[in-house]
Amino acid sequence: MNGFIELAKTLDWSPLWISLKTGVVATIISFFLGLWAARKVIKKDYRAKSILDGILTLPMVLPPTVAGFFLLLIFSRRRAFGIFLNDTFDIQVVHTWLGCIIAATVIAFPLMYRNARAAFEQIDANLVYAGRTLGMSELSIFWRIVVPTAGPGIASGTILTFARAMGEYGATSMLAGNIPGKTGTVSQRIAMVIQDGDYVTAGFWVIIVLIIAFFAIFLINMITGKHMKNVRKW
Amino acid sequence: MKRLYADIHRRIGEFDLNVLIDSDAERVGILGESGSGKSMTLRSIAGIEAVDSGHIEVDGRVLYDSSEKTDLKPQKRNVGYMFQNYALFPTMSVMKNVMAGLGRPTEENRGKASDMLKRFRMDGFEDRLPGELSGGQQQRVALARIMVTEPALILLDEPFSALDSYLRDRMQVEMLEMLEDYTGQVVMVSHSRDELYRFSNELFVLSKGSIIRHGETKSVFREPENAIAARLTGCKNFSAAKVVDDHTIEAADWGVTLKLDRDIPADITSIGYRAHNFSPVYGEKQENCIRFDLMRVDDLPFEKNYYIRTLNDDAPLCWFVQGEEQRILEERGLPDYLKMNEDDILLLK
Repeated sequence: MNGFIELAKTLDWSPLWISLKTGVVATIISFFLGLWAARKVIKKDYRAKSILDGILTLPMVLPPTVAGFFLLLIFSRRRAFGIFLNDTFDIQVVHTWLGCIIAATVIAFPLMYRNARAAFEQIDANLVYAGRTLGMSELSIFWRIVVPTAGPGIASGTILTFARAMGEYGATSMLAGNIPGKTGTVSQRIAMVIQDGDYVTAGFWVIIVLIIAFFAIFLINMITGKHMKNVRKW
Repeated sequence: MKRLYADIHRRIGEFDLNVLIDSDAERVGILGESGSGKSMTLRSIAGIEAVDSGHIEVDGRVLYDSSEKTDLKPQKRNVGYMFQNYALFPTMSVMKNVMAGLGRPTEENRGKASDMLKRFRMDGFEDRLPGELSGGQQQRVALARIMVTEPALILLDEPFSALDSYLRDRMQVEMLEMLEDYTGQVVMVSHSRDELYRFSNELFVLSKGSIIRHGETKSVFREPENAIAARLTGCKNFSAAKVVDDHTIEAADWGVTLKLDRDIPADITSIGYRAHNFSPVYGEKQENCIRFDLMRVDDLPFEKNYYIRTLNDDAPLCWFVQGEEQRILEERGLPDYLKMNEDDILLLK
């Protein structure tokens, strides 16, 4: 125990802040993108829906290293788009914190999108129609009626997205690398110290991850649980 | 001037919707079975359902016209729509629901919503959520939410079907009261002839996507003109008919020949007779009488249903007896014949 306290004092805390920052930014991006994509997809007919849904869900099903491979193909400074970003906007993705965010967003986005979509599909279309006949704008209907009504589903999607984005390893290590203090996230730090045989530091980080993960699940249950009060036990 | 004109054409699965409603009545009813296209008609007028072609106009303002490519968004139609399940926004308080259609939450709009809630006796419930209200209260909020936007036309889609039977009767009376000060037209769609008889001045009867009869409500009930409209307005007894001459018609399924004072059009193909309209006859057979050959009696809380055997075993005659008549029957016993009164005989095409 004393060892842990000693460790906490001398520890480089930067992985936690990098992970949290990455998680928050990736979640914000996924949140809006996910709601937008979910809204677009449920408007489509059956065939278009299946295809779009497949593409949008793919990053969740693929091994993260495969996603990382594609991201490298796109953003590498030796390839067209990477060169374009670098020369025109002075934006570098590979081996930067921006790389962390992009990798985490791509991997976590499907969780937001799928949860939002499932929640939207449960919404009584009459609520939207009622909003329209009352003269409410489409934007106002979406933010004041649809999103609050789909609230529990969207909230649990957001938390899952955050947890997934924070813990992302595979794609991040390929695109952003593990530069301490810059792109070194908690997951990458755990992998690194284990390679060095430092199980104490690894264990320390594992406990922190466990606490955050448990807290996330607890939060989901609190939010969705309110609406589950009337469900009969069986 | 108040006038709804809706000429609506739309291809849907089993049949096509081809509806023409042209009415200047204050309270318009659309009667039809479920799946007859009546809700679709209402949704098309409100603009929440697409139309293939036609023309929709309210008080001279064109909402939709396929040849001029006019198709106003539902937001711009100024048509209030009350949904079967009321569609109150579940996460918004009663007050916010009523203010939803008013735009910015200014002091003036808050006042308007407040007044409307007071008028519908829902003051004191401003902060409740819709889920905490009874069915009748939800309906009042839904109507308040519509009325506060001052629509040119109000559409009611089966407004009482979500209520239990006690509340349904009460809300029908209440609805008429609540709409009393409203000066625009109201269209109500229902499968219940009782609701529409009470509510509407003009009635349109819809079957499989087409209007099969329309007119002043009471006259549609008095003379439904065709068998489907007769059935929808509650007629229980039907027989195939053969016109013998101008004043004689043969009801084949019942095995009687009826003599009428009025002229019988040559194209009459069937006869209808409402179950409440028979008169019991004791002793001698009179004109337009059917032998009382009892098949079955059903006891209901406030009436007795007698089923009388006819030539067609699948179609016994129904005779529904209530109140005073029921007492006479108890005193004098079952009659020998049932008489069909000339004015009640429905000649159908």
